[in-house]
Amino acid sequence: AGGGCCCCGLFWYRDSSPKPHLVNRFCILLAADVISTVEFNYSGDLLATGDKGGRVVIFQREQENKSRPHSRGEYNVYSTFQSHEPEFDYLKSLEIEEKINKIRWLPQQNAAHFLLSTNDKTIKLWKISERDKRAEGYNLKDEDGRLRDPFRITALRVPILKPMDLMVEASPRRIFANAHTYHINSISVNSDHETYLSADDLRINLWHLEITDRSFNIVDIKPANMEELTEVITAAEFHPHQCNVFVYSSSKGTIRLCDMRSSALCDRHSKFFEEPEDPSSRSFFSEIISSISDVKFSHSGRYMMTRDYLSVKVWDLNMESRPVETHQVHEYLRSKLCSLYENDCIFDKFECCWNGSDSAIMTGSYNNFFRMFDRDTRRDVTLEASRESSKPRASLKPRKVCTGGKRKKDEISVDSLDFNKKILHTAWHPADNVIAVAATNNLYIFQDKIN
Amino acid sequence: MFARGLKRKCVGHEEDVEGALAGLKTVSSYSLQRQSLLDMSLVKLQLCHMLVEPNLCRSVLIANTVRQIQEEMTQDGTWCAVAPQAAGRAPLDRLVSTEILCRAAWEQEGAHPAPGLGNGHTQGPVSDLCPVTSAQAPRHPQSSVWEMDGPRENRGSFHKSLDQIFETLETKNPSCMEELFSDVDSPYYDLDTVLTGMMAGARPGPCEGLEGLAAATPGPSSSCKSDLGELDHVVEILVET
Repeated sequence: AGGGCCCCGLFWYRDSSPKPHLVNRFCILLAADVISTVEFNYSGDLLATGDKGGRVVIFQREQENKSRPHSRGEYNVYSTFQSHEPEFDYLKSLEIEEKINKIRWLPQQNAAHFLLSTNDKTIKLWKISERDKRAEGYNLKDEDGRLRDPFRITALRVPILKPMDLMVEASPRRIFANAHTYHINSISVNSDHETYLSADDLRINLWHLEITDRSFNIVDIKPANMEELTEVITAAEFHPHQCNVFVYSSSKGTIRLCDMRSSALCDRHSKFFEEPEDPSSRSFFSEIISSISDVKFSHSGRYMMTRDYLSVKVWDLNMESRPVETHQVHEYLRSKLCSLYENDCIFDKFECCWNGSDSAIMTGSYNNFFRMFDRDTRRDVTLEASRESSKPRASLKPRKVCTGGKRKKDEISVDSLDFNKKILHTAWHPADNVIAVAATNNLYIFQDKIN
Repeated sequence: MFARGLKRKCVGHEEDVEGALAGLKTVSSYSLQRQSLLDMSLVKLQLCHMLVEPNLCRSVLIANTVRQIQEEMTQDGTWCAVAPQAAGRAPLDRLVSTEILCRAAWEQEGAHPAPGLGNGHTQGPVSDLCPVTSAQAPRHPQSSVWEMDGPRENRGSFHKSLDQIFETLETKNPSCMEELFSDVDSPYYDLDTVLTGMMAGARPGPCEGLEGLAAATPGPSSSCKSDLGELDHVVEILVET
């Protein structure tokens, strides 16, 4: 498993012109495996990635350092550990992938950091702690750990703590297993910091972080007769402030908001969000492209955002009838849906994220493109995460896809897009203009340097 | 979504025929492409990863697409008695470009948006074309593509296949996929069979030889070995061709 770090030294700055320039501050290469999840912690100092091989890599932001002014804000590898291993379910003769589907951080309560990581079946609580001292001068064992012969000990001494090179250790503290028949697609930590939910295709369970041998089932949409199954759960999240409220999205493009105070089993929703279908654009693929791949509350808790195949929608929690904003991600793909169905790309699950102030949203696309939408100015931009397009000390050029007619210089035509280069996972720092973009097995971190 | 009500110009019989032929082409082209989408979808449902559970969301979405197509075809009266086995073995060379299906209804030539209006339009394009009796007109498009049969009966048999798909997904036994369209109970392959990858050859596909293999269910335990020998033989044949 290799890893490298190269500093491209580009900056994202806002100058007098209204258009923000996004630049590449770093390109961190993770050659090992396909990245499957990216998540900043609550302070943004730590960035965790999970990959298809079950590994978690955590990056830490360097603190401001006068001797190395350019390193401010640099993210370097902090810890690497194997979170999940491949398993074999002997009863069903099926393999359980070790791919990390989601990572969610817990709010920090002491010196150690805690996160939840999950594969298709098992959720684990990991403790990441630093050790920068070690004890020397034990009585019963010598320096390399061998036990001393008690009869040879003639004097007692008090062990003393000596500094050592920083060591970051990850240890599994809880394993939450055997609660999901179907594949886990989401985990979400509650604002009470004591419970969390896990969602699979048909059920959502509520856990207490201390208790691993039982969980409460709070949503169950499995039909009595599996032949009647037409809809699955695609994502779920707790409200950021109201600890009794959560939402879950479905493959039919609907979102249900549930209040756990109303009943133990939240099969009856409190609110039901669905945009009425436009009959003039109906096709055989309408349902598939309406399937929601991600749902995220805004930091304020007043809005939520959903991602379907072609667009990102912002919903006001007080209005169920339709979204308040719809942003087209790659509408030029609408005429290519058949090909995308054939090569399975139509089933790609793109994620989306808010910036810290909820004024901008970001999501990925194909050809290593990702899109950012400024909600205030109504401007949007397409950028590319690739080494070829990033030159040192220059801003990243906005990209444009040519949808028809004459292709202008620097535009790329729809048919030239590489559908194997998909950006499914992106994350935005909770406070600063720092974003992390996962492009297959490469992680890009873009930063903002205000002049 | 479907070309109904072909436009007719008031210019003369010849041009009428041409217009009708062009409409016919659009109609049969749409039908062909819709059939192709159906075939593609059924193939997708059958192909599941050998060792890893299939993605339930994807399977549900594809199954819903299949149901949609089937419902529309039933409304049109074009749904036929294609045996599930035949549908499952639809050769891949029938997958034509289905781009026309991506277009919204209003983009279809001479069509009006009419989603789900089966009850209002009892006459499908078939009857619209009936008046074309010229010898130059091609044969009824339906009969050249597939046989006609009662829609209700077909719906039943089709639903049965779809149901079997979901039973399979529920039990999550990959060997069930192979039994999808047969009446044989799913066998319990022992672990060795799975781990040695022999089941890869037993997946259903557009090949006659494998169908015969699927029907020969091995017994619960040691008779797998004799079937492995047969499977070897079949795989050899496939590789050589």
